[in-house]
Amino acid sequence: MHLHKYEKIWLSFGIVSLIVFLSVVGVSAFSQDHTPSGGMETIDPEKVNETAPFDNPGVTQLDEDTYQVAIVALAFGYTAPDLRVPAGKEIIFKVTSTDVVHSFTIDNTKVNMMVVPGRITTKSYTFEEPGKYLILCNEYCGTGHHMMYTEIEVY
Amino acid sequence: MDNKQSDHDDVNLKGTLVSVFIVGIIIVAMWVAVYMMYVAR
Amino acid sequence: MIAYSDRKIALWHIGVAYTAFLIGTLMGVLQVFVRNDSLELPAWLDYYQVLTAHGVLLALIYTTFFIFAFFITGMSKSLGSFGPKVRLFSWIGLWVTLLGTVIATVLIIIGEASVLYTFYAPMQANGFYYVGLALVIVGTWISSFALVGHYLGWRRRNKGQLSPLFAFMTITTIVMWIIACLGVVATVLFQYIPWAFGWTDTINVELSRSLFWYFGHPLVYFWLLPAYIAWYTIVPKLLGVKVFSDSLARLAFVLFILFSIPVGFHHQLTEPGISNFWKFLQVVLTFMVIVPSLMTAFSMFATFEIAGRKKGGTGLFGWFKKLPWKDVRFTSIFIAMVFFIPGGAGGIINASFQLNEVVHNTLWIVGHFHITVGTPVAMTFMGLTFWLIPYLTGRRFTKRMQILGFIQIITWSIGMLLMSTAQHVLGLLGAPRRTAYSGYNDHPAAMEWFEGIVSNHLTMAIGGTILFLSAMILMYIVIMTMFVSPKAETPEQMVEFPLAESDMSNTPKWLENWWIWIGIAAVLIIVAYAIPISQMIQHAPPGSKGFITW
Repeated sequence: MHLHKYEKIWLSFGIVSLIVFLSVVGVSAFSQDHTPSGGMETIDPEKVNETAPFDNPGVTQLDEDTYQVAIVALAFGYTAPDLRVPAGKEIIFKVTSTDVVHSFTIDNTKVNMMVVPGRITTKSYTFEEPGKYLILCNEYCGTGHHMMYTEIEVY
Repeated sequence: MDNKQSDHDDVNLKGTLVSVFIVGIIIVAMWVAVYMMYVAR
Repeated sequence: MIAYSDRKIALWHIGVAYTAFLIGTLMGVLQVFVRNDSLELPAWLDYYQVLTAHGVLLALIYTTFFIFAFFITGMSKSLGSFGPKVRLFSWIGLWVTLLGTVIATVLIIIGEASVLYTFYAPMQANGFYYVGLALVIVGTWISSFALVGHYLGWRRRNKGQLSPLFAFMTITTIVMWIIACLGVVATVLFQYIPWAFGWTDTINVELSRSLFWYFGHPLVYFWLLPAYIAWYTIVPKLLGVKVFSDSLARLAFVLFILFSIPVGFHHQLTEPGISNFWKFLQVVLTFMVIVPSLMTAFSMFATFEIAGRKKGGTGLFGWFKKLPWKDVRFTSIFIAMVFFIPGGAGGIINASFQLNEVVHNTLWIVGHFHITVGTPVAMTFMGLTFWLIPYLTGRRFTKRMQILGFIQIITWSIGMLLMSTAQHVLGLLGAPRRTAYSGYNDHPAAMEWFEGIVSNHLTMAIGGTILFLSAMILMYIVIMTMFVSPKAETPEQMVEFPLAESDMSNTPKWLENWWIWIGIAAVLIIVAYAIPISQMIQHAPPGSKGFITW
């Protein structure tokens, strides 16, 4: 098996590029906490409304600089009353579903979370700019999928 | 295993080298663009 | 020409493939008009029903049947006519796959299965939808085993010899396909079917998703590899040269067996239930599967350059002008390759761990698979169709058909360029995929997405319409070459199967030792999946009942 000289150059370039891509995302993810949404917590999908924190959905201030937002996704909307959070503070979103798979996606942010029944998805995000942000479901969940949206206000 | 196919080394593949590097540059450029969008969000 | 009875099997596959293509593309054009507000579907037809049919019929059925037509013809051509058993099982495979297709399609049409081709639980379709899908898989296994049997027969008769490149690549694709299907078969048989028929009450959702994607990513390689087979073994013949390197071509293919499967988590990067460690590990493995495609890019350009220089092309790019641009069989595949450059680059972005958050489930993804399976794969299949049908029917591929072929591939390219560019840009802006409308009650953020020069509903609708016209031209070519075009009477009129010579004299024998590759693939799959999957089972939350939300 013989590689042409130029093919060696090309494959070296390609493989080095791939290693650079992986290093950039890997370092940013694991040393600067830029991992995608996820989490290993589980929940009974039929007892969501009586399980903390979803028994009291909405915004809770955890400490000076941290807020938690608990949201229940269901066909076709989100039970999240009065979503108002401050800019410049860490917001921890916790989302679960009482029925099918949904997403909790905030337009123009890194918040793009799959919501799986039986699981709690977590994502930490800090808003820079105040304003009203569109939240929508981008995982097909039924006839009303395209009507599943809400808003969050950043002040 | 290094005998007959090495005659590929005699073929002029300069155009191929340039072409694949164009492909490589497209890949890197697209990746960097989306990475910047990610950082900006 | 290959045996009549083998041709008949291949032609039936092509017939089913293009019937699916006809309905599937019609469903596609309906979608852009619904999204565009210029069409209201009748009450008995729902957008998501149309979308399900579009995905199933084009991504699963058109591809699968066409792939087997190509494999059957190529295997008969390169290894000799099928024996009675191979023939029998090829027919059984066809009928089982077709039966599954019909069952699934009927359930989509009657509105019992608007769950899309990913059928994520706990949306619960009619149990027979899953039975239909299972039959499709089983049918392809029967057809696969028929071809494997044909191959083993050849190996027995030609002890110690490497098989022809086409056969090697076909078997590689089949090996990968069979290993990949284990995931979807497991989830459909042991999770979906008992649950949909009410034998179990609940389903482990995260497990079902992971088993689906264990299958879902190699599925895309099941579409891509037959296109690569054409690129490696057909294109050089059209250019009048040999395969650039037999051993590197085979090496690229075995790398696909190894790395196309343990990578499914890169479709699940933003979901819970899989820890970051396992997600990232599979991201790294996903990057490994890029390498054989980089090798393929080099081989293709080298093939072009060698051919062009042989025909007198000089300078850095003089060879480019010497390529047979007037041959629609070549030009179609060349365009397919060009589309795969941004297609592949987009795939690298999708798999780049947290970068996935920018694009996950947005229209970008829709754009992505229209410039991967929708053009590089589909247009390669179109380029093959132009000679495969006349080759099998013994009819001529007339001048008129060649001109129509050019119109068809050019319109497909323009339509796809418009539609997929719009989709990529809209996705980057944030517009979601799989939605009938994305206005969100005229929310200003959503309105903004669609105000761009390319990122608007009109570009998508124009692109979609051009694509549909192109599809209809192709249907005309298919029907003409299948039933109407004049029979070839002289040798010059006969359409050939353009199979390139491949010099195997330097190809090491171990490349064809399947147990090495299957063994390493199994180890990689166990490393990547055993622990996270067993965690999903052991630490499973209470399961989900079924929901019918459409």
